[in-house]
Amino acid sequence: MSGVTNISQYSRYNARVARSRATSEPAWIRWALIAVSLAFLTLFLFVPLAAVFTEAFRKGYEVYLNALIEPDALSAIKLTLIAAGIALPLNLVFGVSAAWAIAKFEFRGKSVLITLIDLPFAVSPVIAGLIYVLIFGLQGWFGEWMSAHDFKVIFAIPGIVLATIFVTFPFIARELIPLMQAQGKDEEEAGLVLGASGWQVFWKVTLPNIKWGLLYGIILTNARAMGEFGAVSVVSGHIRGLTNTMPLHVEILYNEYNYAAAFAVASLLALLALVTLALKSFIEWQTARQASDNEKLAEE
Amino acid sequence: MATTIRKHRNVLPGFRLSLGYTILYLSLIVLIPLAATFLKTAELSFAEFWAVVTAPRVVASYKLTFGASLLGALINAVFGLLTAWVLVRYTFPGKKIVDALVDLPFALPTAVAGIALTAVYAGNGWIGSLLEPNGIKVAFTPLGVVVALTFIGLPFVVRTVQPVLQDLEAETEEAAASLGANRWQTFRKIILPAVWPALLTGFALAFARAVGEYGSVIFIAGNMPMVSEITPLIIITKLEQYDYTGATAVAVVMLVISFLLLLAINGLQWWSSHRHQASR
Repeated sequence: MSGVTNISQYSRYNARVARSRATSEPAWIRWALIAVSLAFLTLFLFVPLAAVFTEAFRKGYEVYLNALIEPDALSAIKLTLIAAGIALPLNLVFGVSAAWAIAKFEFRGKSVLITLIDLPFAVSPVIAGLIYVLIFGLQGWFGEWMSAHDFKVIFAIPGIVLATIFVTFPFIARELIPLMQAQGKDEEEAGLVLGASGWQVFWKVTLPNIKWGLLYGIILTNARAMGEFGAVSVVSGHIRGLTNTMPLHVEILYNEYNYAAAFAVASLLALLALVTLALKSFIEWQTARQASDNEKLAEE
Repeated sequence: MATTIRKHRNVLPGFRLSLGYTILYLSLIVLIPLAATFLKTAELSFAEFWAVVTAPRVVASYKLTFGASLLGALINAVFGLLTAWVLVRYTFPGKKIVDALVDLPFALPTAVAGIALTAVYAGNGWIGSLLEPNGIKVAFTPLGVVVALTFIGLPFVVRTVQPVLQDLEAETEEAAASLGANRWQTFRKIILPAVWPALLTGFALAFARAVGEYGSVIFIAGNMPMVSEITPLIIITKLEQYDYTGATAVAVVMLVISFLLLLAINGLQWWSSHRHQASR
């Protein structure tokens, strides 16, 4: 459901096919198609992206900076980092573990398991928040017990972390499963035969093989974790300075008609998105290069 | 017995540990909490449940959510295919940057997308100020919802169609040309059938994503009951009124639809990959 393309698909990416005249279009059609496509992307992508930064600096550099260093903004940034900092390693361990079980072993119900791992992509973020309210909220399963023990999940940080884990749940697993399936298990078995322990094989053989795919999954998880809005919005309670993440802070400022500040905080998130895309392109370029190197080696 | 069954005994360690942990984590984070929605809804009788999920305001929100999602996904199917084609077949300055930016809707937080689209398409915005004198209001109308859902689904079609176009053999097109087909005929009879499963998959992914979308929509929609209120917002509104059972009942309807979409997409992807491999 992520629509995230696997990097393995990019391995043949830069091999451009030289085309003869019979299988290409006249120049005017080519340029017309390019123009229509770029016009579409401009209306829906480039203009909104440019608007974020223009609106952010509309009232000048000082207003921009002040919007970022006021205490509520700083606490929102801190909470966003905390939520992503907890969700990311947990989903990382899960992703590697799920990919190991699914890619290296045969068992019944494997395809069902893969579908279930995809579930969070199919669920509306609002519902992702709702499910934790049903369990940990005051009226929820553990509501009474938790209020008796003065332990809060909903309208508190644990709820925000849980919602973040849910919405980023499949990313790393989805990235690693096809990659590790394609690699098979010959190298690991060779390592074991040569006397290495299971962990040694994992650290020295498997991990170097999957490092780019892993990194790809990590940056996608991180981007989504820091930017999640709907799910976090349900469980947060919007308490300023306490349970506001950056996207929620943007919403509050925007609803108070404080547009310059809202776009200032939004511009940080947009910058994060651009860095994510740049890293993503870099990893795709790396894996494509590696794949073409391997092909050359195989030919020799 | 045991030895004959395990003829090809796997020597790799960690199967029980990794599978056990996977199932445990999946159950705790996803399966048990999702089951809670169905258990909560079971508190209602079927008549009560039906009354909640078919209330006029809720039905109006289904129509908007599914209608706008369908329209957004259709726009993306057409322009996504075009964009994938342009990115694979042609060269133009700045192509690499354009290619990378196609993924922006995946990376940009939805709340940021929401306020940016609203600023651009509002009456005083860059694009809105050009459209409004011509009688087209986008922001704070159902049309705004379509714009936001088109943005959200934009990468799906491009990214599913792109690799298939990339792998298309030049020979079949050359054969078609040498047999006298013009480019349009070659496109309709050779290329379109080859990318069709991927196009449908991308369309379904964009549609499924749009149906559940919340963040980018609520800023631009105006959120008027019966007119521009999406179903996820209905759930939020009911929650804010402490109507937990009502919110959950609507959520169950959306969940069931999402699960069906997920199954359909899995089927499409299976079809797509088999066609893709067979064509190689």
